[in-house]
Amino acid sequence: MLSPLILITAVLNGLMIGAVYALVALGLTLIYGVLHIINFAHGALMSAALFAAFFAYQKLGLDPYLATFLIAPAFFALGYALQRFVIGPASHGDDRNMLLVTLGLAVLIENALLYAFHADTRTVDLPYAFRSIDLGFTFLALPRVVSFAAVFVVALLLWAIMALTDTGKAIRAVASEKLGAELAGIDVAHIYAVTFGLGTACVAIAACLLVPTYYVTPRAGEAFVLVAFTIVVLGGMGSVPGALIGGLLIGIVESLAGFFLGESLGQVGIFLIFIVVLLVRPRGLFGASA
Amino acid sequence: MSEQNTLSRRRFLATTALGAAAVASGSLAMPYVARAQGAGVKIGLLHPVTGALSYSGQQGRIGATMAVEAINAAGGIKALGGAKIDPVLGDAQSTPDGGNAEVEKMNSAEVSCIIGGYSSSICLAASQTAARYDLPYVVDVGVADSIVTRGLKNTFRFSPGFGVIAKTALDNLAVINDQAGKPAKTVMIVHEDSLFGSGLAKLLNAQLPAKGFEILETIPHPTPTRDFNNVVLKIKAQNPDLVIPANYYNEYVLLARTMLEQHVRPKGIYSVLGGAASSYKFVKDYPDVAKYIMDCNHWYNPNSAQAQELRKTVEDKGQFFTYELYLNYSAVLLVADALERAAATDRGKITAALAGSTFSSPIMPYGPTKFVDGQNQGAAPVNTQVLDNDIKAILPPQFANAKAVFPMPA
Repeated sequence: MLSPLILITAVLNGLMIGAVYALVALGLTLIYGVLHIINFAHGALMSAALFAAFFAYQKLGLDPYLATFLIAPAFFALGYALQRFVIGPASHGDDRNMLLVTLGLAVLIENALLYAFHADTRTVDLPYAFRSIDLGFTFLALPRVVSFAAVFVVALLLWAIMALTDTGKAIRAVASEKLGAELAGIDVAHIYAVTFGLGTACVAIAACLLVPTYYVTPRAGEAFVLVAFTIVVLGGMGSVPGALIGGLLIGIVESLAGFFLGESLGQVGIFLIFIVVLLVRPRGLFGASA
Repeated sequence: MSEQNTLSRRRFLATTALGAAAVASGSLAMPYVARAQGAGVKIGLLHPVTGALSYSGQQGRIGATMAVEAINAAGGIKALGGAKIDPVLGDAQSTPDGGNAEVEKMNSAEVSCIIGGYSSSICLAASQTAARYDLPYVVDVGVADSIVTRGLKNTFRFSPGFGVIAKTALDNLAVINDQAGKPAKTVMIVHEDSLFGSGLAKLLNAQLPAKGFEILETIPHPTPTRDFNNVVLKIKAQNPDLVIPANYYNEYVLLARTMLEQHVRPKGIYSVLGGAASSYKFVKDYPDVAKYIMDCNHWYNPNSAQAQELRKTVEDKGQFFTYELYLNYSAVLLVADALERAAATDRGKITAALAGSTFSSPIMPYGPTKFVDGQNQGAAPVNTQVLDNDIKAILPPQFANAKAVFPMPA
């Protein structure tokens, strides 16, 4: 009954969805790598970005892919402001406080969205939403292929920022030795905020890529971020290539587990990996040994 | 010892003060009837307007308040001297506990009756709590059969329950298939894995073979599910004649979308209480995806001028005419009819009037009401199909405004 072609399709589907997971995880791992906190507001910010992309289309007639160029900078600014003026000052220099503040922000943002837009499900109907690419043995949905490609472009851009710019160097310096960086004249609060902004921009781009095929609700982001946490652990906390490869891997695992065990158990595969990684290789695939 | 004295003295003082106040106001025994003109009849409207079910809850609240406004505008309850209905709004917060808390509050506010609940779990809890106060409770939507099998005298359901809906759905599926010359022989069921979807899948597995259908596979999935590609791949591999989805709105839409994306076109998509299949929102958002999908669900009487008028009023306001809305609208009319006949705001009398109701909703295709153990025997679902960018009723024949298109054109 099971033809290899179907298996290949399942793997391809896993790669497509895995790429979006990877982008969400990229933002999360970036913030962890520099600020050493798990950003609990990541999912809520993703939901906010989904709404932004939805209304950009609804009110301004802006295609979600084009809206990325507007929403990503806007969310960079939002992330920057959040860290600089809310999370940073509220933490009073203690990392654990930052964690709690992000948790509070998550509750705040999610409920603000719920209050403003209700739990109603929204979707956009785009002319190309159902266009698919015929591979002969299967069809690949065009929006998914676009998002797959876009994720690699974003990852490349991020790499370029980190490797080639002064800001990138400063971020890496703060990540590896905060005190040293501060002594060398780097404005740590600024770098923290830039990093938070970059992470938020990543999740905003993921949201824009999802809008053509996914629905928008105040809690839509949450489901992605839970998987992203797993990816960050699998790839290694703070590792950018780890997030990318981990995302694709988790996508495939979820797809295959879902196919063989049934959708209800698809997530079991993911969390089994999560546990095994924690047991066998707690620093993850690409994590630095602490 | 002295403490006890103080306490009892306090209590004594409090009681006498209360008594004095009552005497002063001079109307403890018959406040409502004496001052009927102008004094409102308090009716509790309970809906989950926040939380996971908030969309449905809000739709329900809109329907109920529209009916209250219409009744008040037409002169209120005439048997009570034109008393206006005074709605007491409650938010069940999408949980049974939230529903219970609101029932307690409504009881303290001295409502005469409660309407609503929406989900089965909220209806089960809230009606039980209301029963403690002999407070009549009219279920607006909740389909679980257990709601009306607990022997509660205060609980009434105007709309059909799950058992009736499922039986009608199966019978009508056989009718539609027979009329088309039995093109469908094989079936795949895709269901969400909580009580609603699993229960339905179990029922379908037990009864479809007897109707001549072979079930190729039953695929469960959780709510929420983000991606239906694997499910659709399985459908593609098995190539069934009929796909039966049993899930909530988001997953229903995602599944139907993915099927179109992957060029999977069975002879028909048929659902029972389908999350999106008879939703105008779905048809408006995705006309191509929704086309030809069939459903067996709560539905209004499309041949009723009053129903069409209500639909127009709702749509002019920019709202969708959903079943939550018109079921609540009808439930309020049912209670208003009972109030007219009870000619009192007394809970016992209203309960008796509801139990003996022969009210015929101008909106719903139910005919005259007849409650047996709180369940309206005339309540029945309607089979619908998405045709011409609209949702048409295709069965039963007396309420149909279109003919089923099955198998769906390639």
